[in-house]
Amino acid sequence: MYYNVFGEKVSKRRFKQMCAAAKNRRELIAAGLTSRRDLFKMGLLTASGMLVAKHGLSARAYGQSVTTNNPPSSGANSSPGTNQNCVPGNQTASPPTRPFVVPLTVMPTARTVRSLTPAPTENPNTGAGEVRAAPFQAPQIDSSRFPVVPQTLYQFNQRQFSTSQHPDLPQQTIWGFDDGSGPRSPGPTYQAFYGKPQITRNINSLPLITAVNNTGFGMASVTTHLHNAHNPSESDGNPCDFYTAGHFCDQYYPNVLAGFNSTNQPNGDINESLSTLWYHDHRVDFTSQNTYKGLLGFYCLFNQFDTGNEETGFHLPSFPQFDIPLVFADKVYDPSTGDLVFDLFNLDGILGDKFLVNGTVQPFLEVSPRRYRFRLLDSGPSRFYEFFLTGGISSAGTPTTTSPTTNPFFLIATDGNLIPAPVQVTSVRVGPAERVEVIIDFTKFAGKTLYLENRLNQLNGQGPVAVDSQVGPQNSATTECSLVLGNNQPAILPAGQGNLLLQFRVTGPQVADNSVNPASKPSFYQLPSTSATPRIVRTFKFDRLNGQWSINGQFMDCNTFRFAVQQNSVEQWLLTNLTGDWTHPVHIHLEEHQILTRNRVAPTVPADIGRKDVTQLHPNERVQLFFRFRDWLGKYPIHCHNVVHEDHAMMALWHVVAEGDDVNVP
Amino acid sequence: MSDVSRRQMLGMLGMTPLALSGVAQAYGEPATPAPAAQTASSRARRRIQEQHLPNVPLLTHEGKRVLFYDDLVKNKNVSMNFFYAKCDEICPLVMANLAKVQRLMGRQVGRELFMYSLTLKPDEDSVDDLREHRDMLGAKPGWTFLTGKPQDIETIRAAIGFKYPDPAIDGDKTQHIGNIRYGNEPLMLWSACPGMAHADWIAETLQWMIHPQVDRVQKS
Repeated sequence: MYYNVFGEKVSKRRFKQMCAAAKNRRELIAAGLTSRRDLFKMGLLTASGMLVAKHGLSARAYGQSVTTNNPPSSGANSSPGTNQNCVPGNQTASPPTRPFVVPLTVMPTARTVRSLTPAPTENPNTGAGEVRAAPFQAPQIDSSRFPVVPQTLYQFNQRQFSTSQHPDLPQQTIWGFDDGSGPRSPGPTYQAFYGKPQITRNINSLPLITAVNNTGFGMASVTTHLHNAHNPSESDGNPCDFYTAGHFCDQYYPNVLAGFNSTNQPNGDINESLSTLWYHDHRVDFTSQNTYKGLLGFYCLFNQFDTGNEETGFHLPSFPQFDIPLVFADKVYDPSTGDLVFDLFNLDGILGDKFLVNGTVQPFLEVSPRRYRFRLLDSGPSRFYEFFLTGGISSAGTPTTTSPTTNPFFLIATDGNLIPAPVQVTSVRVGPAERVEVIIDFTKFAGKTLYLENRLNQLNGQGPVAVDSQVGPQNSATTECSLVLGNNQPAILPAGQGNLLLQFRVTGPQVADNSVNPASKPSFYQLPSTSATPRIVRTFKFDRLNGQWSINGQFMDCNTFRFAVQQNSVEQWLLTNLTGDWTHPVHIHLEEHQILTRNRVAPTVPADIGRKDVTQLHPNERVQLFFRFRDWLGKYPIHCHNVVHEDHAMMALWHVVAEGDDVNVP
Repeated sequence: MSDVSRRQMLGMLGMTPLALSGVAQAYGEPATPAPAAQTASSRARRRIQEQHLPNVPLLTHEGKRVLFYDDLVKNKNVSMNFFYAKCDEICPLVMANLAKVQRLMGRQVGRELFMYSLTLKPDEDSVDDLREHRDMLGAKPGWTFLTGKPQDIETIRAAIGFKYPDPAIDGDKTQHIGNIRYGNEPLMLWSACPGMAHADWIAETLQWMIHPQVDRVQKS
């Protein structure tokens, strides 16, 4: 009788394979090949830290034929979309998938429900299984504007379900949101309106954690954050309030402009209108796993100017036909089984080698020759993107001309804030959790194929390769990646040699286009003044202490509020990062900010000029932010949105109270 | 502050399944997972073991020979960290913190939770040194100090992700990763927290790993 490590009976043949695998491992150790670097050199380890399925190394890999001896990526990327970053021998960890064979999924608009049973209550309905930290704040401010049971109601069940992420991969068991039309990930897209408050009943209908059916990652204890909403704290989805299967939380989304109960009564400041928000799980210590497993979706917020109808207001392309949210994610699949895997044991940041858009690996989208609005979201866990619109590549994804073309497009919003006027760009960079909105005019590309391409070079969880010269002295020959790929790493990869993410086929029918031409310099909102004197200046040092991610030398603790912000006050926050080699996308809840200076210089790039809820804090940077904390009370976090850093304590809780404190270095 | 103290939370544990069944019924959730999930689940557990929990031999502070996966991790809730006896930078803070955590966890340690501290300098720290260091900290049963062959220790350290990407920093023992890796092996719940975080917060975090089917809210 033969047994494996799990005590299961196995065949004699399998047992022999297992023994061979163990022997192989011992040989590696005996040869001194125990470090990741050594394994990289040998082509036995991939960027994600997974052992390549060498013959015999894993019993499960038996019978697999995997080539590891190809030359490292020399720029001749003939397999589009595979991750050439720091993968030896052109070898990907995930199994091969054919690019651009699946149409893009456009998430349906979330369905409302007529009523919720039991009806929502101002105080948490603990008897019915509700887990909420505090009573709704909005009805206490104005119960006629914000009734306890508003007209707009949603019931979202978070469920485990099976889905295909690519036809060349097996069905995956993941988590998603079900508005009544069946579970999906990304979840349904909210179409919300300013002036129409709503409640979402978020029900945890995931399997019991104590039932052994975990697919290797994920904690079925949830809290759903609505990212960038000007929301009361009890409905914000705080990382420290979470609940398990069978329980729910009613989250009150007032859909009201900042300043409505303070600086700009009664309706708030129109210049702080939001457009693209997203919802995602925020469970402390497990956010990276839970969002990777599918707990995220879009929340599009409209008003009298940004109407979702190109015939009215700002005349932006109509939602949802010509206004399409796109969420980007990079993931890894087991080379032998095709199962979606997550590196649970990573502290730096996780990079995947398969690029998903709206839940599918490398999809295509057929578009008409007209203008489209795209809302681009980087859902992480840790990758930064620089999006280019690349042409001159065949429909198969291989270059057809010697020089692929780089085509301009218009940036219209950052982090869900329309900027004062569209800016023509050839690329735009985002970090985890950041959003940008762009207008692409396909008119002159009728019949052609274009690609959304990520050309940003990122080698590991530290962040993107910042500038060409930085790799030399900074990473030098000492990192695993430079050993494999060489020291001369460009910050931006050549056109057509990055990650082709999404294929646009401009083969749709000719249709009317009544949307505004961004080249005609339409005007959106103005930026609010930042001249007010701050009540206090606080400093936050993002650092690493013996591998422990810290803010001001301290670590996340759900039982400690690090500082108290005074309600309806102005503050300046200085974010500093002296680590020299890590980029932290820093996110602050409740209120957006404006960047006053970056290393003492006023912002220069379009992506820094608008209102933001995530700021990229690059190595050796000091960024000065302007805040007004208005309207709501209660607890919120500041954290790094490289969710691997966040889950390892790079987060701090603070709260808004009537009387703020004077802690300069919280 | 949290309105669920550790003691209250422990008290709640008994009630939770009852409260749960009522609500779960209200929303009509199926109790059993789909067969596909079970298959993916067993594959996942195996993958985690193969890639991250090597079954290498180690020696305990009592001189007992053990296998890392089979004897220390399999079917257990565990916490693991690295230290060395003569470390005077971060180790004293982390190890004293762990001693507090053990006190806070009380009788759970050795029953529901197994704490492991592995030496980074197996050539330097003998079994006697480990025992002496452990006694110095007042460690109680359930907190095991471990040494082994240098290459086996390194294998574990790499496998549980406690290495820096830059080998120059990684080779500097004074900068070694000060995190505590924690996990519920059968349920595949793994994360890590800083060893220098507040001890009561570490203990609370470990409680959720041991008894994950628990809710938490915090008033502010």
